[in-house]
Amino acid sequence: MTAESKLLTMRDAIARHVPSGSMVLLGAQLEQMIPFAAGHELIRQSRRDLTLVGPISDILFDQLMGAGCVSRVMAAWVGNVSAGVGYCFRRAVERSIPRRLEVVDYSNFTMALALHAGALGVPFLPTYATLGSDLLKKNGNLREFSSPVSEEKLIAVRALRPDVAILHVQRSDAHGNAHIWGSLGVAVDGARAARKVIVVAEEIVEPSVIASDPNRTLIPGFLVAAVVHEPGGAHPSPVQGYYGRDHAFFAEYHEQTRRLEDFEDWLARWVVQTTDRGDYWKQLGTGRVEKLAVKEHAFSAPADFGY
Amino acid sequence: MTRAESNLAARGYSFAELMVAAAAREIAHGELVFVGMRLPMLAFLVARRTHAPGAVGLFENGVLRETPSAELLYTMGDPPNLRGATQCGAMLDVMGLLQQGRVDVGFLGAAEVDRFGNLNTTWGYRNKEMQRLPGSGGACDIACLARRTVVLLAHERARLCDRVGHITSPGFGTGEGWRRTQGLPAASGPSAIITTLGVLRFGHDGEAYLASVHPGVSVEEVLANTGWTLRVADELMETSPPSDEELRVMRELDPNHFWTR
Repeated sequence: MTAESKLLTMRDAIARHVPSGSMVLLGAQLEQMIPFAAGHELIRQSRRDLTLVGPISDILFDQLMGAGCVSRVMAAWVGNVSAGVGYCFRRAVERSIPRRLEVVDYSNFTMALALHAGALGVPFLPTYATLGSDLLKKNGNLREFSSPVSEEKLIAVRALRPDVAILHVQRSDAHGNAHIWGSLGVAVDGARAARKVIVVAEEIVEPSVIASDPNRTLIPGFLVAAVVHEPGGAHPSPVQGYYGRDHAFFAEYHEQTRRLEDFEDWLARWVVQTTDRGDYWKQLGTGRVEKLAVKEHAFSAPADFGY
Repeated sequence: MTRAESNLAARGYSFAELMVAAAAREIAHGELVFVGMRLPMLAFLVARRTHAPGAVGLFENGVLRETPSAELLYTMGDPPNLRGATQCGAMLDVMGLLQQGRVDVGFLGAAEVDRFGNLNTTWGYRNKEMQRLPGSGGACDIACLARRTVVLLAHERARLCDRVGHITSPGFGTGEGWRRTQGLPAASGPSAIITTLGVLRFGHDGEAYLASVHPGVSVEEVLANTGWTLRVADELMETSPPSDEELRVMRELDPNHFWTR
């Protein structure tokens, strides 16, 4: 482990490591641990021409598209998991509002394979998934080929190497050695496929805490460029053991972004005029925050690493 | 309320409850099930609590579960779905099981389904305008690789169409032999379409036919709400209504009828 701390504020981490034009992996753990705080900072710092990568995206992708930060999205599902469609996504695809958006449609499996190929350092991985579908016809990163070892057709899923993966985690040490548990999705491959990782942690702990349970260390610190301590940074998505999912927030977002002018109000209120996560948290109100708190802890049994 | 809806209401259960019960019966004891959200999730739990206690549920986020969660779920990533899970792995772990052919049945919803069971969740066509929908998620993977696929959707003429405008998730393509030509696994493909009016199944030629109508629904009503000339089984059945036990379990799991209004 290096001795140097990688702790940065969210503002500095985004400023230093995510320039306009980057390919950014977000939402690797699907409905859990979506790095909303990081996404909002991308909007505040007016990033442009981002390529967003993720399996299902939920409303963070929708917000970034609505704010004009995105020129391309590579995903299996783009919308609002609670309500279905994402209105900003629809406006961008159907009417180029606020700007033209290129969509590269994947399935969940082919997205996971693209990142796994990136993590393994190979140019592609084979699968049967998407054979016969129109995804195959329209996504140039899915190519049919004849198996060299059996008499059959397969799809070659081209490797993806995002410039940055932003991963929200339960706990990390200051060097970025991070514990994640619960919903893993494509987080482990995502961290390895990406050229850089930004870890956003609920808690910063001593290296000895991380080393006490190395099976849970899903991101080794040497892959990590920056560590941001941002408790609550995944709201309204849940973090197992820290807070629940704010279902109402997703439903409200759906209602409050149907019309373009309403989305602009939403964005101003929750992102643009909000200076940082502390400010956002205040706006949310203590009542709402308390309701999301863990009601009953459920600790796992300790694993004995002794010898 | 349509005629069919009032018929059902008089019988003491909702459309959604009937669909959940019908979906639950597609799951056999000991099967590995790709669950998904909404009605299929309830169907999986009902199956486990009634006729299929050994069924195992898989979720795309990597979760594998054998017991119902302590609280109603709104998404598969809700904390109650992770607590008490048998395994919380990676997405590739569950997708690998699917590709190996180990997943017996997968449930899917759709904006559109056609006569050969192809699904579209990418582009909608409302009032002649193209509407971008969220896309595949894991639906294409399940449709390609699960041994059986069961589709649930509301029975509307525009949604049960002759040919889908976009094949997000392949069914039997253009009919018999198509899946093999595409290179899809031999033991895979659509098994049933459960709608608000009845249950469709598939002939050897890959085309859907009406296998059962729900209680109080006429064949004419089904045909009038289907966008192609739907074949009807020689021995057309009436869908069995949910049993008292199935309803009891469903209402215990979803007491406020969030999913089963």
